[in-house]
Amino acid sequence: MLGTGIIKGMAETARNFLGSYTSEERLPTVQYPEEKLPAKENARSFPFLVYDRNDPELGLRCVACLICEKECPPQCIYIVKDTTKKPDHTGKLQAHPKTFDIDISVCMSCQICAEVCPFDAIKMDIEYAFSTGDRFEGLLLHKEQLAKPNDHYQKIHPTEAAEADARLAEEKAKAEAKAKAAAAAEKPAEMAVPGSVR
Amino acid sequence: MSATTESPPSRNYEILPKADFNGALDGDVLEVSMGPQHPSTHGVFRMDVVLDGETVLKLKPVFGYLHRNHEQIAERTSYLASMPYTDRLDYFCSLTNNWAYALTVEKLAGLQPPERAEYIRIITAELTRLQNHTCLAGFLLMDMGALGTPLMYAFREREKILDLFESLTGARMMCNYMRFGGCRVDLPEGWLEQAKKVVESYPGFLDEFENLLSSNEIVMARTQGVGRLSKDLAINASITGPMLRACGVNYDIRKVDKYGIYDRFDFRVPLGDHGDCYDRYMIRILEMRESLKILNQALKDIPAGPIMDPKAKLRAFKPKPGEVYGRIEAPKGELGFYLISDGSASPYRYRVRPPSLINLTILEDMCLGQSVADVVVILGSVDIVLGEVDR
Repeated sequence: MLGTGIIKGMAETARNFLGSYTSEERLPTVQYPEEKLPAKENARSFPFLVYDRNDPELGLRCVACLICEKECPPQCIYIVKDTTKKPDHTGKLQAHPKTFDIDISVCMSCQICAEVCPFDAIKMDIEYAFSTGDRFEGLLLHKEQLAKPNDHYQKIHPTEAAEADARLAEEKAKAEAKAKAAAAAEKPAEMAVPGSVR
Repeated sequence: MSATTESPPSRNYEILPKADFNGALDGDVLEVSMGPQHPSTHGVFRMDVVLDGETVLKLKPVFGYLHRNHEQIAERTSYLASMPYTDRLDYFCSLTNNWAYALTVEKLAGLQPPERAEYIRIITAELTRLQNHTCLAGFLLMDMGALGTPLMYAFREREKILDLFESLTGARMMCNYMRFGGCRVDLPEGWLEQAKKVVESYPGFLDEFENLLSSNEIVMARTQGVGRLSKDLAINASITGPMLRACGVNYDIRKVDKYGIYDRFDFRVPLGDHGDCYDRYMIRILEMRESLKILNQALKDIPAGPIMDPKAKLRAFKPKPGEVYGRIEAPKGELGFYLISDGSASPYRYRVRPPSLINLTILEDMCLGQSVADVVVILGSVDIVLGEVDR
């Protein structure tokens, strides 16, 4: 009969409409600014720089190796190296960035910078409401705005951060063992030296 | 695939003599520019349509408004850095785009993704196909005038799949997930159970959607016999994907190439026989049901293990010189990448074969003689995404 298809469809619409009052399944929306969905653990928005020891200046893990700057697909990272060296988490003297800018109006949140970084220094944040009236300076984030403590990273990506920390601790232990071995290797030499000098 | 004709079928470009255009259009024939800011063109796409009353006499698709230099950019950056750009080709199906590109580079560099990665790829690709076809059905019905309701139902279901993508890859649409030789991260805890739940609930939604519209008299009147595409023309114009299968040609790259591990799954290829808009709509609904079959098998069988080929390199990736063409069955058709490597860190030549663009080339042949309102439906049934057409 002509029209049965339409009636069937209307019944479906009615079921959905009435169902939205009783079933959560049929009403999955939330009222956004007042109500927000919880962030997923893997979610990502823009990069930030991780620092340790509550020291945003000296504790920055970044050693200005420029790998992220080179790999960034839209080329939104700008780094200037500082010539003076500072010790990193293993105690080794490393370079550090004098300037580290990310233009988040260009950034496309692909997280390739976080992925290629060999020092676990740059990670992805989950903050997303960055709108500003100043579209040039307001969206160009400098080192001071980008630096965030390791605790923040632990909070937003717990699983990933635990892995990163384990990796860094392992590196540190290795470096310490190496330093100890080097010191131990130096000692006999030192003992031999006095005799020869004399 | 033997059906080819002796000579290509004539295309009626010269229906109107040139003089008619040059002289004043006297009311009999009207040239209308549909788009680029037209809600039914699915983006910035323009059609120059010549109308006699409501009948289409001539149609010229004009694209390029969304050109972003994708191929040139890829030739100047590293292999890895063009991965996020492939998300932006067909922004509904970023995971299949990723897979096509990863597959091509793996062929070039001789990498073999481990078992678990292959399963993850199949699961994500089939979920992508589900959500693409769901969206398409919604959009197509919106083009026919069913404003809102079916589209919102489709988007409600699609959002469940996008939630899965977000918890796996970190982004709803711009996933950037596959890597050369595997996948970026392993499945988070509980993801498989969540995916199983979505897959279980999907047939219910499809039944509901079919109840809603497949037997609807208005939908049938608007789509059946509209925009007929003949088998021969489809093959000659190298149409692929659901468009080709709606004409009755049994050609699915998942079956032909058996890339990845598709040979292990039991699924059928739905075929149409009229090649009209209704067939194209129905093929997609049936394909979704087949995708669910694949998903059920893959979610059951997925093994544990590593997700990256140990030979794969993230930084300083330089494949050996050579050329390669890799293709997959993307939801819209054959998505291919053609790469030439000269041994340096960036490809010497990078070319995308976008299914939407090639499926769009026969738009005029489908539209001639139809009314102008049908043009919108025909365009909707082709399933284009302008990000991919213009690149």
